[in-house]
Amino acid sequence: MTPPPSAPTGTFGPMERDLRALAVGIVPEIARLDDAGWRAVATVVEEALASRPAPLRRKLLLFVRVLGWISVARYAARPASLDAVRLGRLLASVERSRLLLLRRGFWGLRTLVFMGYWTRPESAAAIGYRARPEGWEARR
Amino acid sequence: MNERDYDVVVVGSGAGGGTVAQALAPMVADGLRVALFEKGPRLRDDEFTGREIEMASALYEDGGGFLTADGTLTLALGSAYGGSTVVYTGTSLTAPERVIRGWGVPGLDHADVVARSRRYADENNVHLLPDDEINDNNRLFVEGCRGAGYAAEQFPINVKGCLGSSLCNLGCPNAAKQGTNRVQLPRAEALGVEVVTRAEVLRVEERALVVRVHDEPQGAKGLPSEWAPGDYRVRARIVVLAAGAVGTPALLLRSALPGLPARVGEGFTCHPAHILVAEHAREITNDVGHPKSYYLDRAEDEGFILETCMYFPFTTAKNLVGFGEAHSRFMNAFRRLQMILVLACDHATPGNRVAIDRDGRAVVHYRFTPDVVRSLVRATRASARIFFAAGAVRVHAPSADPPCLEVSDAARIDERVSERHFLPGRTSVSAAHPMGGCGMGRDAGDSVTDAWGRVHGLPWLRIADASLFPDSLEINPYLSIMALADRVAEAVRAEATR
Ligand SMILES: Cc1cc2nc3c(=O)[nH]c(=O)nc-3n(C[C@H](O)[C@H](O)[C@H](O)COP(=O)(O)OP(=O)(O)OC[C@H]3O[C@@H](n4cnc5c(N)ncnc54)[C@H](O)[C@@H]3O)c2cc1C
Repeated sequence: MTPPPSAPTGTFGPMERDLRALAVGIVPEIARLDDAGWRAVATVVEEALASRPAPLRRKLLLFVRVLGWISVARYAARPASLDAVRLGRLLASVERSRLLLLRRGFWGLRTLVFMGYWTRPESAAAIGYRARPEGWEARR
Repeated sequence: MNERDYDVVVVGSGAGGGTVAQALAPMVADGLRVALFEKGPRLRDDEFTGREIEMASALYEDGGGFLTADGTLTLALGSAYGGSTVVYTGTSLTAPERVIRGWGVPGLDHADVVARSRRYADENNVHLLPDDEINDNNRLFVEGCRGAGYAAEQFPINVKGCLGSSLCNLGCPNAAKQGTNRVQLPRAEALGVEVVTRAEVLRVEERALVVRVHDEPQGAKGLPSEWAPGDYRVRARIVVLAAGAVGTPALLLRSALPGLPARVGEGFTCHPAHILVAEHAREITNDVGHPKSYYLDRAEDEGFILETCMYFPFTTAKNLVGFGEAHSRFMNAFRRLQMILVLACDHATPGNRVAIDRDGRAVVHYRFTPDVVRSLVRATRASARIFFAAGAVRVHAPSADPPCLEVSDAARIDERVSERHFLPGRTSVSAAHPMGGCGMGRDAGDSVTDAWGRVHGLPWLRIADASLFPDSLEINPYLSIMALADRVAEAVRAEATR
């Protein structure tokens, strides 16, 4: 049976829907990815997390959960149900939070999402990044 | 546990360790047994693909994401056969006279550091790139500096047969960059120094090392270790530590040797840096050609250095402040982006230090002092002026809020870019020049070693890497590290033949 769109999978389990919404808030281009494209991004994130020390992994998962709570407290909705404006406000509030812990958490999440999206060859090609081992020879 | 015996053992194969290995190698013919242990892997030439994620995980500690204790600074630490010289850019400068004088290390003379640096510069083919190999990103920096009233200087660099891949920081895919992996280590091995990779030194004991040789992780790049996996006790008359400014203090702290000077780990500096980008109206050559051809040295007057640079999509994305549409706008302008790396000249400050956690892993405690924030802000303002003078239409400035300056802001850069917008944890800061932690000096009261890298009170133990710096070097450090390591090797040679 084909899983429904963005079915809970991998490290993030039931939080994956929220993670995908947060990721779209961070890199809007992610909204254009189909499920397979999103899974490729999530897999890079999961692999990066798996290679980091366990406490760091736990902190990141906890941060995604905390963002979910803040979203519910503030907008009575989980991140996956927020429109772009409210999602942007939610992210901006943690990015500039007075609490270093929240700012750090957001920085970590943002870094992982960037890693998942911007290391894909398709993403690099889409912005015209063309570095090649052959250097000048490949251009002339 | 397996047991092995040597005369001299070296830990770490970067700028310091590679230099020591080569300098001791001629003595192998006279019967001296020398081994070097490196915890990173030895890659085959065809494994240097230039692909961002796979090279970062193969060549950097924590895949390039090593964070300080409070998570506000990322340290780039190379970990491979060749250490950070595998991923460095190869800009080759000698130490400023005023800095070495200011360190006040008895017995350390600037002229000696320069003479030794020059020798390694010759050995590493250091030269200026010809004009036709300079890309637009670098040219615009020179033009912008001129327009803003500064004089850019050209970086001497250490390449041979550079094709201009621009991928230096992912390990040169064309074996052009003359790091210790290409020059000093192969020569040392040819003369009989044993280099053992995937060999992590767990601790130092009196005239011995405890080494764990690791299996090759499944699917990972690199050759298997030269030794069978397992634990080894390696005895030696002289132990030289060159595990870098994070690795060496951490190794000493977890070894808890009786008589170790109390200052181990103190005095850590790293040239905290921002990557700044600016958008031009037209496409420029940026991701082809050597990335770092020019710099502007304002260290003495304003506490910063500006360097040209060019990074890869993920590194760039991570280093821009913000998220969403505003962030993507800069990313989507990639072919029109000019980049400048701004480095602050930080100074040894109480509290900024290397420590270890309960499991003996390195933890770096680092806070941005007001001076560092001021330097980063000044550097950002200067860069914004340079970008606009070069014709940029929009500048990303991490210490502005919002972090984007339009041409219409060009007249009020000082107002828009300000220390009050520097928010640790939000503003991306990274550093690739870890220094200090086992500084040279007079005695155990003020330092860890003497001017020849001898640890005070433990004459069989030497240090030969960036951790020797008693304070920031205020310029790109690798040549000075090689010069200091050469001095350490000279003292070891004198003693080993006694
Ligand atoms: C991306 C980047 C760009 C740079 N560009 C420049 C540049 O253009 N010009 C310049 O002058 N400098 C540059 N630098 C800095 C320069 O590379 C370093 O200052 C220099 O290599 C440090 O030398 P080192 O011997 O102290 O340590 P490293 O070269 O870092 O070597 C230390 C080695 O020790 C190993 N090690 C650590 N712990 C252990 C252990 N317990 N057991 C065994 N092995 C261990 C590590 O794996 C590593 O390979 C750059 C650095 C980076 C990361």
